[in-house]
Amino acid sequence: MTPAQAALALMLALPLLAALAAIALPRLSALLALAALAAAGAALAVLGQAVLRDGPVTLHSGGWAPPLGIALQADGLGLAFLAMGWAVVAGVIGFAAIERRLPAPFWPLAMLLWAALNAVFVSRDLFNLYVGLELLTLAAVALVALGGDKALAAALRYMFYALGGSALYLAGVVLVYAGHGTLDMALLAGQGRLATDALALALMSAGLMVKTALFPFHVWLPPAHAAAPATGSALLSALVPKASFLIMMRLWFEAMPDAANAPLLAALALLGTAAVVHGGIMALRQSQLKQIIAYSTVAQLGYLFLVFPLAGGEGAAQPWAAGGWSAAVFLALSHALAKAAMFLCAGIWLMAAGSGALAALSGLARALPMTAAAFGLASVTLMGLPPSGGFTAKYLMMTAAFASGQPFWGLVPLAGGLMAAAYLYRPMALLFARDIPDHQPVSRALQLVPLALALAAIALGIFSQAPYDLMQAGRPETAEEGL
Amino acid sequence: MSAALPMAILASSLVPAAITFFLHQNSHRTRNTLSLGGAVIKLALVVAMLVDVAGGATHEARLALAPGLFLLLRLDALALLFMALSAVLWLLTTIYAIAYFGTKAELSRFFGFFSLCVAATTGLAMSGSLITFFLFFEMLTLATWPLVVHKQDDKSLAAGRSYLSFSLPGSAALLLAIIWLESATGPVVFTDPPDMSALSDASRRAIFALFVIGVGVKAAMVPLHGWLPGAMAAPAPVSALLHAVAVVKAGAFGVVRLVFDVFTIGQVQALGLGTPLALAASVTIIWGSLRALQQDEIKKRLAYSTVSQVSYIVLGAALAGPAAAVGGLAHLVHQGLMKITLFFCAGIFDERCGVRRIEGLNGLGARMPVTAFCFSLGALGMIGLPPLAGFVSKFYLGLGALQAGAPWVLVVLAASTALNAAYFMPLLYRLWFLTPAEDARGDENVPALVVPAAVTALASLAVGVFAASAISPLGWATLIVAREYLP
Repeated sequence: MTPAQAALALMLALPLLAALAAIALPRLSALLALAALAAAGAALAVLGQAVLRDGPVTLHSGGWAPPLGIALQADGLGLAFLAMGWAVVAGVIGFAAIERRLPAPFWPLAMLLWAALNAVFVSRDLFNLYVGLELLTLAAVALVALGGDKALAAALRYMFYALGGSALYLAGVVLVYAGHGTLDMALLAGQGRLATDALALALMSAGLMVKTALFPFHVWLPPAHAAAPATGSALLSALVPKASFLIMMRLWFEAMPDAANAPLLAALALLGTAAVVHGGIMALRQSQLKQIIAYSTVAQLGYLFLVFPLAGGEGAAQPWAAGGWSAAVFLALSHALAKAAMFLCAGIWLMAAGSGALAALSGLARALPMTAAAFGLASVTLMGLPPSGGFTAKYLMMTAAFASGQPFWGLVPLAGGLMAAAYLYRPMALLFARDIPDHQPVSRALQLVPLALALAAIALGIFSQAPYDLMQAGRPETAEEGL
Repeated sequence: MSAALPMAILASSLVPAAITFFLHQNSHRTRNTLSLGGAVIKLALVVAMLVDVAGGATHEARLALAPGLFLLLRLDALALLFMALSAVLWLLTTIYAIAYFGTKAELSRFFGFFSLCVAATTGLAMSGSLITFFLFFEMLTLATWPLVVHKQDDKSLAAGRSYLSFSLPGSAALLLAIIWLESATGPVVFTDPPDMSALSDASRRAIFALFVIGVGVKAAMVPLHGWLPGAMAAPAPVSALLHAVAVVKAGAFGVVRLVFDVFTIGQVQALGLGTPLALAASVTIIWGSLRALQQDEIKKRLAYSTVSQVSYIVLGAALAGPAAAVGGLAHLVHQGLMKITLFFCAGIFDERCGVRRIEGLNGLGARMPVTAFCFSLGALGMIGLPPLAGFVSKFYLGLGALQAGAPWVLVVLAASTALNAAYFMPLLYRLWFLTPAEDARGDENVPALVVPAAVTALASLAVGVFAASAISPLGWATLIVAREYLP
């Protein structure tokens, strides 16, 4: 086993170990989580270097290659998502460690969630991915339920939707196995398409769309993300839907790229467009800050689905595809960082003002300037304004749309950005009201966490060349020259 | 060529901005040292560059962001024209602002964004490619909002909302135009106008229109000017900066780059785009003046005057002849000097005497002779009285109109001059010839407020008197046009 392979294994083992240890030693749970994060950070660095140098790092469990064994692989895409997960989990755990008022179950659940995410990010086996998704769902539902009695209904609804999605996905997996006798993505890509594959792909995609909260399957998301404690919401909104989206990408671009056709790809993007519009309008109509942020997630997840016509099907080998494909990854990453920052800001304001209503934000910019700055920077990212990762994503997406002769898809992020400006302006303007309200003090250390996350989202835009290069490692259809 | 200088110039305002945000509210001395220090360093760098660039040198810095997306900073003669203006006026405005605010609240936020705003303007001036221009254009949009809403009262917040609801869609139009164009031509660098043969004439016209809408919002071209009069709710130093150098000039500068370096004069004429743009500018010039006549608030009258005057620059670019281009470019500086003088003075009237409406000006000339004198110089310059700065601009624009075969522009210029006189002369009459109200109070014994106004007022006189010299804005504009746009 090379050091890079060991690092890959550690990315899965560390969170699981931390979760188990946190159950055994609840008093030390914060410390254990932080230690796991530190070690995982080192592992990530080793892994990153190896991927940049030699391309994707593969690990066959038990030393058996597929179809006997199960493949784990960190390519550029997987690594980018691993890094995104690490950064958000680090921010949330740091926040929770300073806050020190979350119930004991939070720690093992957060670690379990992280473990499940990492498993999904590096798995190449459809059933393995299913297991990861189920683990993710369980941890996520439990995190919502930590929001107290009022959160139970939302958690239950979330669970029904998520389990329904899993069932659909599993049905698709069964069909694939019946037809091909293997569930390994690389092997599947090498085999021809069977008559049942279309149905299998449809079932799996439908399940994944429910889990990614793509319009019109999004109804579970806003109540669940708004009801969870702020730290939980940050993990849920920033990371959890990205796992099922990643599987979508892997299915359509890696396992069965030949199953896609233009109308299907356009249909996916059309649903994404509907999500952008619907999420934006709904966000404008909310009176609770966390609801606004949650509907914004619905809108932002919609953009991701534009990747299918921009980088898939016939155009996959075209020069613009690299840009369109990377745009989705940039968007997923910068959204994760910015959204986590926003939910943590909401948590801070809830502590300070004692209410989650939008009106309670009035004047808090002067009381807690660092938090207002973090929210402002996160807003810049979500609006897709320069110099943020959100802008890089928007730029690449629009360029790919125009270069590929599909300018309509280029207008979606443009219009979506304006809608985001409209719904994010409301909290921003209230924050800037003149009179400082009565409020509880909040420590600077706590305020620093969302600021750091929001700054990371901005930095992703300023230093986007290196992440871009990294993402291209092991990309299915490599048109490396870009645009 | 060296990459260090453009970066250093950018850093001279970015670094103070970054530090200022984290300063304690009451560390006035550190904050002021940072702001003034940055401004002085920048001015020194720009002066050094002027000599260098006049000799034919260019400086370039490049930073890759993503494929097709790179930051290109380039110092050429046109960049320096805008930069010299912003460097001089930033220093003066900083001195003015420090005196204006004293020890009021939230100053770290203010000066942080103030410096950021200037960094954006500097970056805009140095932009060597379309996408770089857009990056700084957006940075300017965002950095200005906290300045507009600085007072945090309802009026400022409404102004801020109006500002963003014009600016953000404008930026979207600009980004759309850039990506549409670049998807056909590849990244556009200003030194090398793009080959648009892949685009149909209709597409080119549509792209041009989107560009004009995008930058026209900032340049306050009618009917995209709605945000500007409201934005005078901001504190006086912000208005001064906004109207003279930062936001509206960014828009006007964008039009110049668009016509000369993206589409090029030949293509603008071939597509028949010059005349519509000149018409739009003319409508703005007349409409802004008419609206200015109706305002009783001094700052509002000045704001509408800006709407009108900035379009002189657009007009100069649209006429697409050498003399008009020289007039437009010189006006970029001239208007800045005159308008900042007027806003400095308006701020002094307000701050020292509580005078906001024109009735309050009655007899102020006796009590505040220096301020009133500066105000008068600025106003007379705007009207175009020889040998003040405004006269030089108008003269060259008129000459350019004749060269370009558009004599109707002379009518616009004449009408505008008459209207300028109609809305400025009553103010001067009140200042010098009417008797003050009984309860009038206040004086002008604050050198830090009055000296910047006096400097800019005298400068607006000097650039007119010494217009023939090579280092005057006119001389520099002639150099730019001769070097870059004449065969």
